[in-house]
Amino acid sequence: MIPRVFIIGLMLVLFVSPAAAQGPIRLGFLTILTGALASPGKEMENGIRLFLEEHKNSLSGRPVELTVLDTGGTPAGTLTKARELVEQRKVHIIIGPLAAFEAYAIAPYVNAQRVPTISPSAAADDLTQRKATQFIVRATSNSSLPTQPFGTYAAKTLGIKRVATIADDFAFGHEVVAGFHKAFEDAGGQVVQKLWPKLGETDQGPYIGQLKKDIDAVFIGFAGVAALRFLKQLENSGLKGKIRVLANQTAVDEALLRSMGDEAIGVVSASHYSAALDTLANRKFASAYRKAYGTDPGYYSVGAYTAALFLKQALEKVGGKIEDTEGLLKALRGAAITDAPGGPIRLDKYGNPVHNIYINRVERKEGRLQNTVTHTIEGVSQFWNYPEAEFLKQPVYSREYPPCRFC
Amino acid sequence: MEFWVTQAFNGISYGALLFLLAGGLSLIFGMMRIVNMTHGSYYLLGGYVGLTVIWQNGPFVLAILVGALVIALIGVGEWNAFLKRLGGQELGQVLTTMGFALIFQDLGLVIWGGDPYTIPTPQVLSGAFELGQMFFPVYRVFIVLVALAVAVVLWLVLERTRVGAMMRATVDDAEMARGVGINVTLISMCVFSLGAFLAAVAGVVAGGFVGVYPGADFEILPYAFVVVIVGGMGSLKGAVIGSLMVGLLDNFGKALFPELSYFTLFAPMAAILAVRPTGLFGRA
Repeated sequence: MIPRVFIIGLMLVLFVSPAAAQGPIRLGFLTILTGALASPGKEMENGIRLFLEEHKNSLSGRPVELTVLDTGGTPAGTLTKARELVEQRKVHIIIGPLAAFEAYAIAPYVNAQRVPTISPSAAADDLTQRKATQFIVRATSNSSLPTQPFGTYAAKTLGIKRVATIADDFAFGHEVVAGFHKAFEDAGGQVVQKLWPKLGETDQGPYIGQLKKDIDAVFIGFAGVAALRFLKQLENSGLKGKIRVLANQTAVDEALLRSMGDEAIGVVSASHYSAALDTLANRKFASAYRKAYGTDPGYYSVGAYTAALFLKQALEKVGGKIEDTEGLLKALRGAAITDAPGGPIRLDKYGNPVHNIYINRVERKEGRLQNTVTHTIEGVSQFWNYPEAEFLKQPVYSREYPPCRFC
Repeated sequence: MEFWVTQAFNGISYGALLFLLAGGLSLIFGMMRIVNMTHGSYYLLGGYVGLTVIWQNGPFVLAILVGALVIALIGVGEWNAFLKRLGGQELGQVLTTMGFALIFQDLGLVIWGGDPYTIPTPQVLSGAFELGQMFFPVYRVFIVLVALAVAVVLWLVLERTRVGAMMRATVDDAEMARGVGINVTLISMCVFSLGAFLAAVAGVVAGGFVGVYPGADFEILPYAFVVVIVGGMGSLKGAVIGSLMVGLLDNFGKALFPELSYFTLFAPMAAILAVRPTGLFGRA
């Protein structure tokens, strides 16, 4: 008797489950809404909210239930909030967090819990290289992805010979500088000085005063407010116009650009996005974003938006069955989007994007600053033009690697 | 040579900024024994208020004045409503001022958002004086001049006026001062608001070269405390010397041994405290 009841029960469950699959998709979103990184954190949230609004809160015919949590910008806080998302809110998927150290903090946890996670902004190189994990994919370029082609471009096309670098003294800063350093010297340039103000350094003056006099350009790798201060203080010290300023993907990001003045004009940067990018997809995205939030979209908002595009495509491939973790992960890794705001983007086998890198120049148009796209490098991967196996054999980019041979 | 001059100038100008912030803190510390954790918030809010004045097309000077006055009023309010009642209760004071600091931090985030800003400075103050191969940013010279002017005015008031004598008496011995008929409560309130005023001036001035942004309050506060502790509580001379020392040590620490920049700042502080527990010019 009991086995028959069991079978009936099982059949009931099987009958009921397709209906259960029509329940909401629970999407957890980790960002930073308080403290020093609150501004980019808000942009990230804007990106995902705009996406859901455009899709009427529904993906593959299922309603989406969004839970946004504030990590407070600390690794411990991020882990706590990730636990809350997984254990209390029972989310199917996580988009977030913002910072690289937050991503490292939750990586072991989401792997153990088997929760697919799409990182919309955290850029730590090794997350998709030597420490690539099954459950995390990335919707934005890793730290050194844009700066490697930028190094080559600076040496070959801009004809710059001697460069000093200055960047925030934390993993992201080390990695953006290292990527530039390696490619720049491989293309014939020389990095002659590397300066590392601590993250959140108030006064950049002591560092600007140290810049060698015989450099052609300074490469800056700042993640936030430091870029604002540096450019302002560089102008005040009379060096503007005498040396060129090359910037990483976040230093003249649209989120900061709106706080900058004329001191930023002429800065050349490399990024996977510019709000001024003139494609149909981006014109649509940027104008919708401006209408909704009154500002230009940038690095953080486009990251969250693209992460959601990946989710949408992967869901379509598994017929909306987000519960099918294996299938979803496979679909995520095979995702390729032709008309993302930043242009075509696909994921490599490590879960990192391959996409266009734009060389931008800060200009003033219609009264406000924008990143005018001056050159496009198509289909850039995290290994740039180095053979993958060889690249992975070298140590992860850091403060010490590559060593500064011309300092 | 060039390196030393440029870096020394940088250090002095940063010290000047610290003096604006720490001068008031030192007086508050010395007179009321209040460890004022809200001081950093006055600096930040001052910057925000100044920025708002500039957004309304107000001139830079007005931004400094309005910022400073508004924050001085906030200081008076905080002191009257809370701190006055907590005389002598150090823990209560620290917790209250800390609480205010957190409230002001979030208030700043709510009103002005999380974006970092720099305060646009007048054309006259931009650019640099060129001297041979060396550049001296005009704005940094301006900060030094402002700090000098404030130091001179404070010195004149403290040393040459009756009010100043009353303040010094209160710093030395509040009980005796009260005994000889000085209105210690009123004097304390004035000093507290003066401290807030100066912190806000520092905030607006600093907004022109390091910017106004969430987190600035707690970033600058440790420096101000180091100045006060090194110089000695309640001593104007101590605040001047302490600011210069901290500015120069911090600057040369960063320029010469960037990895040890905290060490070069705090090791001398520890040494000074070991020899003179009351700071360089403080009295027990």
